[in-house]
Amino acid sequence: MLCQECGKRPATVHYSQIINGHQTELHLCADCAKDKGYGVWSMEPTFYLNQLLAGLLHQEPMQLGTGLRCDLCGLGYDEFARTGKLGCGRCYSAFGDRLEPLIRRIQGSSVHAGKVPRRTGGRLRLKRELQSLKRQLQEHVAREEFERAAELRDQIRALEERLKEGKAR
Amino acid sequence: MSGADAFLKELLANPLSAWMRGRGAATDVALSSRIRLARNVEGLPFPHRMNEDQVQHLLDMARQLEAPLSSAVGEVHFIDLSGASPLERQVLVEKHMISPLHAGKARPAMLARRDASVIILVNEEDHFRIQVLLSGFDLDSLWELAGQVDDVIESRVDYAYQEKYGYLTACPTNVGTGLRASVMLHIPALVMTANARGIFDAVSKVGIVVRGLYGEGSEGLGNMFQVSNQVSTGRAEAEIVANLKGVTARIIEEERRAREQLATTRKAELEDMAWRALGVLTHARRLSSEEAMKLLSQVRLGVDMDILKVVDPEVLNELLVMSRPANLQRLAGRTLTPEQRDEVRAQLVRERLRPSIR
Repeated sequence: MLCQECGKRPATVHYSQIINGHQTELHLCADCAKDKGYGVWSMEPTFYLNQLLAGLLHQEPMQLGTGLRCDLCGLGYDEFARTGKLGCGRCYSAFGDRLEPLIRRIQGSSVHAGKVPRRTGGRLRLKRELQSLKRQLQEHVAREEFERAAELRDQIRALEERLKEGKAR
Repeated sequence: MSGADAFLKELLANPLSAWMRGRGAATDVALSSRIRLARNVEGLPFPHRMNEDQVQHLLDMARQLEAPLSSAVGEVHFIDLSGASPLERQVLVEKHMISPLHAGKARPAMLARRDASVIILVNEEDHFRIQVLLSGFDLDSLWELAGQVDDVIESRVDYAYQEKYGYLTACPTNVGTGLRASVMLHIPALVMTANARGIFDAVSKVGIVVRGLYGEGSEGLGNMFQVSNQVSTGRAEAEIVANLKGVTARIIEEERRAREQLATTRKAELEDMAWRALGVLTHARRLSSEEAMKLLSQVRLGVDMDILKVVDPEVLNELLVMSRPANLQRLAGRTLTPEQRDEVRAQLVRERLRPSIR
């Protein structure tokens, strides 16, 4: 079957439309279908995330020119608003109040729920472990498994000691 | 020639990286899977704000990782790409080893395993970009491998990390887990039946994005699409990976259904298309990059639908990369005009494809 539009190339895009029970069919080649916007599509022109970010930031002119600056790398908030890129890890604290709503907006959440590095995140790892042990303790108490609960209680105490002493940096 | 130089030459020359082997699950639709983790060093400005000394410091730090990484995941080499020519860098881009951004940097570097399935980009948008990639649809083993590499680096390097935000990255779109998982899919039947766009719209509602083979701007080239997670924080890594896995499995299923539908309703047309594509590829004297991609996709569909039982599928993966402009010029050993490129490409395709016909 040849394309209905140009009558030259083989029809590879087959489009049927039903409106109020009335069916129309179109058989087009890829080129004509693309021209007419059917099936084989051409996506939006290239769209860069950084520009999108900068666009989001510029929607809030009140936030510009605040003179906020990162004390470690020297990046100003204005420059971040222009480029969408932070200068260093410290920027996340330096621009915290303004950054958090932005992260929430683009990511749906700003709270990390994933992996914790073993060494640098030592304290946090202990805290998470502590929370998990406490949850288990409650479960065992609820099931009246007191022997296991006692073991857990000792582990929790030991962990709390370590956290208090700040041994885990 | 130093060990690292020889290793780079080998990476450049090897026609098949691990991700092109065509092994693993669902290779009829899924070409490869990839996971990348963005990581930065505590107290050091992000790459776009580093001075020369700081870049040197980062590269030295990366060089130190060669030994511990090698003992954990097999032979890994540190390669300073400053000396690599623009063409060599572009070859690595086409092989999916480095990003276009990395290729354009003044001092890019990487740590790479011989089969190119483990590559750590050093001094890209973030200090470290851990990327692991394998052929087929296999996100679980990749996540394990990426985690292993991450743990080794973390044992030597203090990561920029905050309890609240997680892993800190140059762009806030990567903050949190720093994770981007993606699967490369060949979905000609969904494109032919005009179902692809609807599916892309639907998956975008569950935090999944679809891009072209070579990232933004290359949509639809050879019916190849990259499906990946959009959001990097607020969920645990396992959840992000599981979400992508679930959605991808659905797309694969849909593609297979569309192929079955085509096989019953448009069989003669498909057979004609596949044989015609093979005919052109094995006889043409000039092939543009776009035409080659399109015809290779049609042949691939023919192979996967058992129409072209004669073609070795591994050759198709190889040609996908080797027929790209930079790889062609490396192969030819000289700079080529676009017309010459089309001639060399046609010759390469003929030479590789003909013997693969049984």
